[in-house]
Amino acid sequence: MTGIRRRFTPLQRPLHWLIAVGILAMLFIGVGMVSTATPKFLPLIAIHKSLGIAILALALIRLAVRLRYGAPALPTDLPKPMKLAAELSHYALYALMIGMPLLGWAMLSAAAYPVVLFGGMHLPAILPQSDSLHTWLWDAHFYLAFAFFGLVLTHVAAALFHALVRRDGVFQTMASLSA
Amino acid sequence: MTEPHRSVLGSLIAIAIVIAAGAAAFAYTAGWFSPQRLTPTRLVDALAPSAGPSLGHRRNHAKGICFTGEFDANGAGSELSKAQVFARGQYPVLGRFNLATADANAPDATVRVHGLGIRIATPDGEEWRSAIIDPPFFAVSTPQGFYELLLASKSKDANAMKNFIAAHPEFAAFVDWAKNAPWTDSYAGDRFNSLDSFVFVDNAGAERVVRWSLLPAAQPVSISPDDLAKRGPDYLEQEIAQRVARAPQRWTLMVTIANPGDPTADPSKAWPADRRTVEVGTLVVQQIEAERDGPCRDINFDPTVLPDGIRTSDDPFPAARSAAYMRSYDLRTSEAMDYPRTSTATNP
Repeated sequence: MTGIRRRFTPLQRPLHWLIAVGILAMLFIGVGMVSTATPKFLPLIAIHKSLGIAILALALIRLAVRLRYGAPALPTDLPKPMKLAAELSHYALYALMIGMPLLGWAMLSAAAYPVVLFGGMHLPAILPQSDSLHTWLWDAHFYLAFAFFGLVLTHVAAALFHALVRRDGVFQTMASLSA
Repeated sequence: MTEPHRSVLGSLIAIAIVIAAGAAAFAYTAGWFSPQRLTPTRLVDALAPSAGPSLGHRRNHAKGICFTGEFDANGAGSELSKAQVFARGQYPVLGRFNLATADANAPDATVRVHGLGIRIATPDGEEWRSAIIDPPFFAVSTPQGFYELLLASKSKDANAMKNFIAAHPEFAAFVDWAKNAPWTDSYAGDRFNSLDSFVFVDNAGAERVVRWSLLPAAQPVSISPDDLAKRGPDYLEQEIAQRVARAPQRWTLMVTIANPGDPTADPSKAWPADRRTVEVGTLVVQQIEAERDGPCRDINFDPTVLPDGIRTSDDPFPAARSAAYMRSYDLRTSEAMDYPRTSTATNP
């Protein structure tokens, strides 16, 4: 598809919102589960694994759709630094929504934990057991989660800034319900 | 329309409120406002001896030795659970004999409770992991109670233990067991008990709450702690290695089925002795390996890693143990340099 579009495609918008809800849930479940020793721990960690893999699948679809259909151009009057920040933060968001589930899966593999999703589906180990790899992956998964949350907050702030302050139509490219 | 300037300011304030609320909700969920919450970190930290934890080792049951062998299922368990591990056959086992101490160098005669970690793998890709101990019932009723026991036993307050016992009357039975039950002179003579209950699900979907035990084939021989101390600080590991080198050692896996109304959520309460039991197979320990380079070293015997056909019950301990074991695992694997493998060893 070519030409100037004012909105993301009708496939991209629901994908965005679905993944957005999923990522927020993952971040809250993640910090919640590692800070509880109550029976909630078990369902939380089970959801975290299953939802993480679901987000990985959706994010890969989303990346393919994005590469195929692109994104609406940013307003021409957007200051250069804001434009750069928008572009870089979107690279980071894609990297994290694909990378975090892979890091988690790899971390469980390196610890020789079985990776079992809802419905009893078993995923294969993607790394051999290794304490050094586990440590590296655990640190990456843990610290990037906080970076991810910070980025999500920044993304929300920027979206609201476009919607409420600049009123430049950027928010509507993703929020609009119309085709 | 409102005046543009005020509108922008109001919008910026609204955005700031949204972001601050999001960050606060996140911090609340993470427990940063809840210093009283029983987190895996607090639980694991409370296990540490005053000299600090044994770096690179499990934070509890820190002293142990690996074994490999098989589980020889006799098929009788298939009536209770659809898990493949109960279908007649032999399944590979990885395990670990251990002592319930946070000090990896504790002399054997100073540790009252013996334990066994086990992982049974089946061809369908499922695993059954478990970590069980030799008392007939647990010390306390709840994970919170266990945490309070750890705090009380380390407290400098002279009344801390007295206050703990007053708040946790179930602990008296455990003290009685610890004082009066005989000590054994070999892991081979220990009876290990799940204490926690789990739910077995059969092929028809029927559920039964169970506990299980490993009953030793070897005749238990009792020994006083003084005599055990005379045999050396690491006698139990040396003895089991020699014994298994001579002949495989066996335990019968016996499943006990709860009656309705039995205290399934409280491992400090034994079930009446007349409950139905089913012998479902035999654990055969065939080879012993030192933990440092052994296959059990980097395995987490998380009791919630269960095959399809076994699930957790209303017992709150397996979840708390899973959370704490995971924390312990994350810590010790990051401290591998403090517990180096020998240069000749290859990574598993």
